[in-house]
Amino acid sequence: MYSLVIDIIKVIVIASAVLTLIPVLIWWERKGAAYIQDRRGPNRANIFGIRLGGLIHNIADVFKLLFKEDIIPQQAHKLIYLIAPIIVMGVAVSTLAVIPFTAPVKLGDFVIKMQIADLNVGIIYILAIASLGVYGVILAGWSSNNVYSLFGGLRSSAQMISYEVAMGLALLSVIMSSGTVRLDEIAALQGINILEWNFIRQPLAFILFLTCLFAETNRNPFDLPEGESELVAGYHTEYSSMKFALFFMAEYAHIIVGSMILVSLFFGGWQIPFLSTEFMHDNMNALLKLALPVVSVSSIAAGVLLMRRTKKFGWGDARDFEPLVFGLPAVIFGFIIGIAAVFSIYLNEYAVSIITAAAQGAIFLVKTLFFCWLFIWVRWTLPRFRYDQLMKLGWQIMVPLALINIIITGIVISR
Amino acid sequence: MIFYLIAFGIVVTAILTIASRNSVVSALWLVACLFAQAILMVTLEAHLVAAMQVLLYAGAIMVLILFVIMLLNLTPKELKWKFIAGERLILGSGVIYLAGVMGLALWIIYKKGASFVPAAGGGTAGTVEAVGKLLLTKYALPFELVSVTLLVAIVGAILTGRGK
Repeated sequence: MYSLVIDIIKVIVIASAVLTLIPVLIWWERKGAAYIQDRRGPNRANIFGIRLGGLIHNIADVFKLLFKEDIIPQQAHKLIYLIAPIIVMGVAVSTLAVIPFTAPVKLGDFVIKMQIADLNVGIIYILAIASLGVYGVILAGWSSNNVYSLFGGLRSSAQMISYEVAMGLALLSVIMSSGTVRLDEIAALQGINILEWNFIRQPLAFILFLTCLFAETNRNPFDLPEGESELVAGYHTEYSSMKFALFFMAEYAHIIVGSMILVSLFFGGWQIPFLSTEFMHDNMNALLKLALPVVSVSSIAAGVLLMRRTKKFGWGDARDFEPLVFGLPAVIFGFIIGIAAVFSIYLNEYAVSIITAAAQGAIFLVKTLFFCWLFIWVRWTLPRFRYDQLMKLGWQIMVPLALINIIITGIVISR
Repeated sequence: MIFYLIAFGIVVTAILTIASRNSVVSALWLVACLFAQAILMVTLEAHLVAAMQVLLYAGAIMVLILFVIMLLNLTPKELKWKFIAGERLILGSGVIYLAGVMGLALWIIYKKGASFVPAAGGGTAGTVEAVGKLLLTKYALPFELVSVTLLVAIVGAILTGRGK
């Protein structure tokens, strides 16, 4: 009974946390693109003059998409046309089920695994669900009854199938060297030493997997399915309103989930460098004595720096007080942490476990966000492949390299 | 109870697969059918086989079939019975296959009795480790022979695809 309640809570919390990251990523993409191209990015949409550096623009986007006319083309196959965006989004979110977010949390006799479903098949589940993602794209392209959409759908299905092969083969060498297919075990096995993480042990597999991830998420330099110079917008040309928004959100959901898988497989998952779970659990009070003053001082400093920008530009309206939105809470938060550090609250075992898990979850989030940023960075830096180059890279370079990597791994682990 | 629900789903999707006029829709029903079979395998504790069913059949092979159907651009008219070549051959082989499957099922029921057999080995028989061990020890020869068959099929496909 308890386990069912915990499972439901996990599903709701984890899924909504990832969905909340999507607008952040969209904002990040716009700002990142702008700064890479020497622009300012979104900075006009506001609520009472508060713009939060463009974050408010996402709210404007959501309202725009909600109130747009929802067009279904007359010649479209209506049912499939409606199902396609649901498949794309559903696949992106359901891959989350096997990702471990922190080490198992011990609360007395309870051990809570911070993973929605502890499946025996682990990575194979991820590959299986990810392979279903093609349907959303290809069906969207076909059911729109539009030549450009169909071409986008066909391109993407060919691309995704090709790169799935290389992805599976690249993962195989990781599975071989770890000796397990469960993501939680792979994350735990990598340990706290950075030099023992899989991206050092399996550098070739890491590069291949990263490249395949770009292809699977249809991001630049592999975004041929929606190459706007040839195909208008590819498979979602005919979609409007919130159905288009689902495709848009699914792209970012794919990036987030893909980064999480990458982090769990190659970057130690929830492992904090040089701090093991047991060490943190045993020395939490001492660690907090060190960490809390640092957090407190840096939070106050950041808050004060932000607040100094108040009235700097002299707009003469609400915009003058915009830095207070984040500056004031940062200062208050810093003081609270500082008071907690001074009075050195002693924590019992449960609180220590929860704080350890929170720290591991935070480091997992930081690693994930770094790779999300990598996706954005690459998109605005590299040009798009030509289609024959894409296929050649997939079949003639990536697949042989992955096979060679498997052979090398086999030789190394059999010694 | 769960078994009957899943079996009902499999039968309904299978009938819809052959009853749909639009070939893309019928391919999609086949995907749903394969997915339902994967669920049935999960209830039998065969997790690896279920994941492989989704990964290979639903995720890869059916996508290729869908791909081919879309490129052929079949209209419902071209799929009418009289337009299909070798209809007697198809009908005959279908009847033989059905008879074979039903005969096998009835024979097993007659021999062992129709009972729902729970998975042997206390739920660990279908894990990656157990299936992998079996594939590389007890069933190593059939496993390799199947892979050779697939290799022959690939070589044959390339040779016929190349022309002269």
